[in-house]
Amino acid sequence: MARMNMVQALNSAMDVMLARDPRVVILGEDVGYFGGVFRATEGLQRKHGEHRVFDTPISEGGIIAAAIGMGVNGLKPVAEIQFADYIYPGFDQVVSELARLRYRTAGEFTAPVTIRTPCGGGIRGGQTHSQSPEAIFTHVSGIKVVMPSNPYDAKGLLISAIEGEDPVVFFEPKRIYNGPFDGDPHKPAVPWSTHPQGEVPEGHFTVPLSKAAIVRPGTVATILTYGTMVHVSEAAVRLAGIDAEIIDVRTMAPLDIDTVCTSVCRTGRCVVVHEATLFGGYGAELVARVQEHCFWNLEAPIQRVGGWDTPYPHAFEWEYFPGPARVAAALTKVMEAS
Amino acid sequence: MTPRSRLHVPSPPARPGQEPDFSYLALSAPGAAHRPEVTVAAADTENLSKELVRVLGDDHVAVGPWNPHLEPPELQVGLRHMLLTRLFDDRMQRIQRQGRISFYIKSTGEEAVAVAAGMALQPGDMLFPSYRQQGLQVVRGRNLVDLMCQCLSNTHDMCKGRQMPIMYHWGSGNIFSISGNLATQYPQAVGWAMAAAIKGEDHIAASWIGEGSSAEADFHHAMTFAAVYQAPVILNLVNNQWAISTFQGVAGGERRTFAQRGPGYGIPGIRVDGNDFLAVYAVTEWAAQRARQGVGPTLIEHVTYRAAAHSTSDDPSRYRPKEEWKAWPLGDPIARLKGHLIALGEWSEERHARLEKELEVQVNASWKEAESYGTLSGGPALDPLTMFEDVFKDMPQHLVQQREEMRALLEAGTIDVSPVPLAQKA
Repeated sequence: MARMNMVQALNSAMDVMLARDPRVVILGEDVGYFGGVFRATEGLQRKHGEHRVFDTPISEGGIIAAAIGMGVNGLKPVAEIQFADYIYPGFDQVVSELARLRYRTAGEFTAPVTIRTPCGGGIRGGQTHSQSPEAIFTHVSGIKVVMPSNPYDAKGLLISAIEGEDPVVFFEPKRIYNGPFDGDPHKPAVPWSTHPQGEVPEGHFTVPLSKAAIVRPGTVATILTYGTMVHVSEAAVRLAGIDAEIIDVRTMAPLDIDTVCTSVCRTGRCVVVHEATLFGGYGAELVARVQEHCFWNLEAPIQRVGGWDTPYPHAFEWEYFPGPARVAAALTKVMEAS
Repeated sequence: MTPRSRLHVPSPPARPGQEPDFSYLALSAPGAAHRPEVTVAAADTENLSKELVRVLGDDHVAVGPWNPHLEPPELQVGLRHMLLTRLFDDRMQRIQRQGRISFYIKSTGEEAVAVAAGMALQPGDMLFPSYRQQGLQVVRGRNLVDLMCQCLSNTHDMCKGRQMPIMYHWGSGNIFSISGNLATQYPQAVGWAMAAAIKGEDHIAASWIGEGSSAEADFHHAMTFAAVYQAPVILNLVNNQWAISTFQGVAGGERRTFAQRGPGYGIPGIRVDGNDFLAVYAVTEWAAQRARQGVGPTLIEHVTYRAAAHSTSDDPSRYRPKEEWKAWPLGDPIARLKGHLIALGEWSEERHARLEKELEVQVNASWKEAESYGTLSGGPALDPLTMFEDVFKDMPQHLVQQREEMRALLEAGTIDVSPVPLAQKA
């Protein structure tokens, strides 16, 4: 086992897959010689060659479309979109092409493309470097949507994504690249080396897609969350002193409904937490599933916590970010209601 | 052996530790480029889009048909604007390094691209810049305090704290909002120009993108719409050789100049020495005249060099020779205009030093004033509840509800609004 931060774990996943499978290629802006603006592909071009790991022009539409073409021609492209906020020029290629290729050709053509993209706020990135657009993608049938919350999962899930035959949009919460941030920016940064999930095998291993993880077992309520908010939720549970179960959804689509609903049916209370804006957010899907499956077990209305429904404001990052206090308040509320 | 296809991955002539090499750069002699009538057909600008329009030679003398014959006072104003832009950049970079603003982007070495073009346009012309044309703000007389307050996200910030530093806008100055997403402004400028044509107005639009972001589809949208509707717009493409870590070859500059894309779309293309104040002024004036006379759009490639890092988040020593900027064959736009003015007998080292000092004082005073309106780490602060404004013209019910929710959290002290040191980020 090695100690890795999330960037190193992602790098290791790509390194392992480049070595194991000659069909894997990495492409994106600044990913080649430079190794990526977040260093996720550092050293990979030097090690595996410039035909396997290469820079692209600044064209997200071009990157995703070219990845689709490569995928159709037998490769397994891993495309990096430098920030999730930059993915929209490639949106048509994702929605109209990548997601539907298998369906519209009755399985004759497929493109097993993995799109990696850093998301989320907390780095003073303002509205164009802080977004969490996962719900825009979970609404599209035919693509898998993943967001890891720690280095171990990041590596295992990325390998699963690359090995799979379906296209995956793989969101990386950049605020937790270097450590498990719990939502309090006033505290000193904590590195992954202090966290059990910072222990990552150096070789090949997988974490299955569409399988949620119980991060913290609990008895009286269930928090459904993913990404950075897993750690914020852990802090909120401590803050509220409530024995809540925390479920890291990990793969938003297709969702592991069993793990989610088994927990909520048992605890009878549910809080849904994400960093993305609330209105039409992924939390709405979770709430809908929970009420379909757990309605007769619910003791209180389900609470949702998310980013306010505004663009991400540069100056008010921490007023905007749904920190532990807001999650704890929702947890308290769900416990009080009966 | 049977010939087979092979993936060509462009790589720059020099990497860290190697000697800078700009031999790939096609240069024309100063004064050599032909200056056609503004009514020229796009197809007849093939040469112009390959050559390099230059006016100022190494001997500091202005030569050739593109010499705009500016009076010395105008040249001195240009020098002042470029110098102020540079000093402002240097100061803001230092402020970022001190942790007092979150981010900054310098335009060092590229000042002429914005300043000379800005001066050749009229105040009513609408500008759609990228994030590296702060010189346009300077030309149009924007108070530096306003720019600094934006970078500080303070109580006088024109963006009310909503944008990252340098994402300025200026309605009354006719400068559009800068986007963090690349190239989006390019086709928007075309649309603005189309509206001017629809309304029968005299104003034109101008936009700037980098050679890197010309790979975005927005470039194609802009070129197509501009050509189809013969929109009164100047499309500037700033080829500063580097897009973060990728050199201009990765953007498609290895076999054709960027200006040559113009004739391909039916738009005249001009390739100009972007570090030559006189040449940039002259081609802009030419393109503006074309647009104003209803002849149509122009694509101008400004050949320059990004002497600074991409941004304060970037470290160019990882991907290009450290001293590469020193080998740049087209020099420094400020030094060149200064040399020209001195050669004309209209400037001196003493006057230059005096001007530099005067502008330093201006920058310092501006910073002092800007700081008094608040910093990210100290008051006075903007009211966080304002974040819910301007999402829509009228605030919908769900946002009113969220604002009240936040108000309660702030009043109860549940949300900690004490300043977060910038160094604390992961």
